[in-house]
Amino acid sequence: MAQVNYFLTEEQQMIVDLARQIAVEKIIPVRAELDETGEFPWDIMKDIAQADLFGLYIPEEYGGFAKGCFENCLAVEQLAYGCIAVTTTFAASALGGYPILLFGSDEQKACYLPDIASGRRLVAFGLTEANAGSDAARIQTTAVEDGDDWIINGTKQWITSGGEAEIYTIITMTNRNKGARGATAFILEKGDPGFSFGRKERKMGLNASSTRELVFNECRIPKDRMLGKKGQGFIMAMRTLDLARPGIGAMAVGLAQAALDEAVKYARQRIQFDQPIISFQAIQHMLADMATRIEASRALVYSTARTIDAGANDVAKLSAMAKLFATDMAMQVATDAVQILGGYGYMKSYPVEKMMRDAKVLQIYEGTNQIMRNVIGQALNKEYTKK
Amino acid sequence: MNIVVCIKQVPDAKTVRFNTEKGTLVREGVEAVINPFDFHALEAGLQLKDTYGGEVTVLSMGPPQAESALKEALSLGADKGILLSDRAFAGADTLATTYTLAKAIKKLGPVDLVLCGKQAIDGDTAQVGPGLAVRLGLPYVTCVNALSVLDDGKTMHLRRINEDGYDILELEMPALLTVLASLNTPRLPSLKGKMRARKAEIPVWDARELGAEPDRIGLAGSATQVVSTWVPTFEARREMLEGPAEEQVKALVFRFKEAGILNA
Repeated sequence: MAQVNYFLTEEQQMIVDLARQIAVEKIIPVRAELDETGEFPWDIMKDIAQADLFGLYIPEEYGGFAKGCFENCLAVEQLAYGCIAVTTTFAASALGGYPILLFGSDEQKACYLPDIASGRRLVAFGLTEANAGSDAARIQTTAVEDGDDWIINGTKQWITSGGEAEIYTIITMTNRNKGARGATAFILEKGDPGFSFGRKERKMGLNASSTRELVFNECRIPKDRMLGKKGQGFIMAMRTLDLARPGIGAMAVGLAQAALDEAVKYARQRIQFDQPIISFQAIQHMLADMATRIEASRALVYSTARTIDAGANDVAKLSAMAKLFATDMAMQVATDAVQILGGYGYMKSYPVEKMMRDAKVLQIYEGTNQIMRNVIGQALNKEYTKK
Repeated sequence: MNIVVCIKQVPDAKTVRFNTEKGTLVREGVEAVINPFDFHALEAGLQLKDTYGGEVTVLSMGPPQAESALKEALSLGADKGILLSDRAFAGADTLATTYTLAKAIKKLGPVDLVLCGKQAIDGDTAQVGPGLAVRLGLPYVTCVNALSVLDDGKTMHLRRINEDGYDILELEMPALLTVLASLNTPRLPSLKGKMRARKAEIPVWDARELGAEPDRIGLAGSATQVVSTWVPTFEARREMLEGPAEEQVKALVFRFKEAGILNA
């Protein structure tokens, strides 16, 4: 039976095969335990690093492969087939790494990108605060100049890989009077004086991903840690999120595919009323909708990623669409998979209940799906002004 | 350290099926994979290279498609791959196979260590490792599941598994080892490795290239031949012997002699 042909190059197929091998051999065997213990998946991060996947989007001069958003999405989708908590840890390193790649000085790139590409050091991205989620402009973490240094004060909340990553890209407020143009980005390192971590959060799902508060208490860092120009902070954050959102879509596709596979496998061998339940229309229709929406999401994510890689300028709308559609789909598919597995679906000894608990966060992080709809709506308004 | 790893491409045990009528393996549509034990031999070689430097050469005797197994080995980090392929090599039993492999290894020059998996999962003889060692004049240890090299860079401490437990042995290179799966966890391929393997050239050495004598290779050089393969069926028959113990013993001895279990 024909599968959709995305005309992958040989190298892209290698990336898919590698990531899939890691998912099957390294992630799936331990995902239930990691979910239970919340242990940080260092071993798997080492495997991903050994496979060279951290460096996909990083230029060759820093030890990377100079590939694009699409290749990142291919890797993320396959890893997500295993577990999105582990994959979030991997993908978040790109979220933290992109600002350095796009806006860093040559010295900063030379200092950080090789370690990021080799996976020797993980990166985290710190924007969200207790009072600033969707309303990112409300952040209250400040950075004040003091001689040759900057002093940072404030807290960041729910930071992926907080406490485990060694490099942190943080957005702070440097000039409140300028509103959205008053934010500046900095590179922080674990061990910087005055930089500590709060408690690790206990979550509904995504348990293998470490989510922590970052605390800055008179944290003093040298001037050369400023990333990009003063006041550019939000532009950098938005640009980074635009590039990273298709990756979230890819994660959603990978999770949904895994959920579908479990549901079909189960429905074929579960006998009730003298036949496998897949012979009942109710089940078939659910599976058909699940499978079709997965294909549609995949196509949208891939097209968006390829458009970005082709050099398109304003990709906010497309990026938001890919994230929105795929993640809403994944939540629905995971929920349906639990329903199809019935009682077994509810039990922890089967993998789908974890997928459902994990999938929920996809609709929330990296921009809630409500914000995604805002972005798309505003973009449409802008587009049609010109028409 | 100059290391040679011998690998064999075999049908994937998970998908291969057996045609009971013909008594053959159904190979169509079955993926060909590197023999599982050989992954561990290769990993052992790569770990030694990581620590001591040197070169890992992978060798395989097989049909042209075995090139993909060698390329996979390159993607894991092997430096060179060589395919020994010739129509005349076909039908080889382990006697002919070890002759061919030995010719190739002698052609490569001085070697510190030859590594083999314990056995191939299609042939299951476990004879190639030892046979090869004898032909090369190398001391050898089979069923190794722990390996360390001493500071002199030549002496190895090995754990060899036997039926009752294990032996700890000391062996100096040059030598040959066959390894078990419990020796190590094979690494995953890397993207750099896969890209390098894609571009790599795998030389093919045929009988002429090896200077192999025609009557020592392939079917011609084989002392044994697989005539048929079948799945034995077992019937359980039961008979209760009755009477006093002495009578039963006499009857049992009679039965055993009838069945050829005891000499008449």
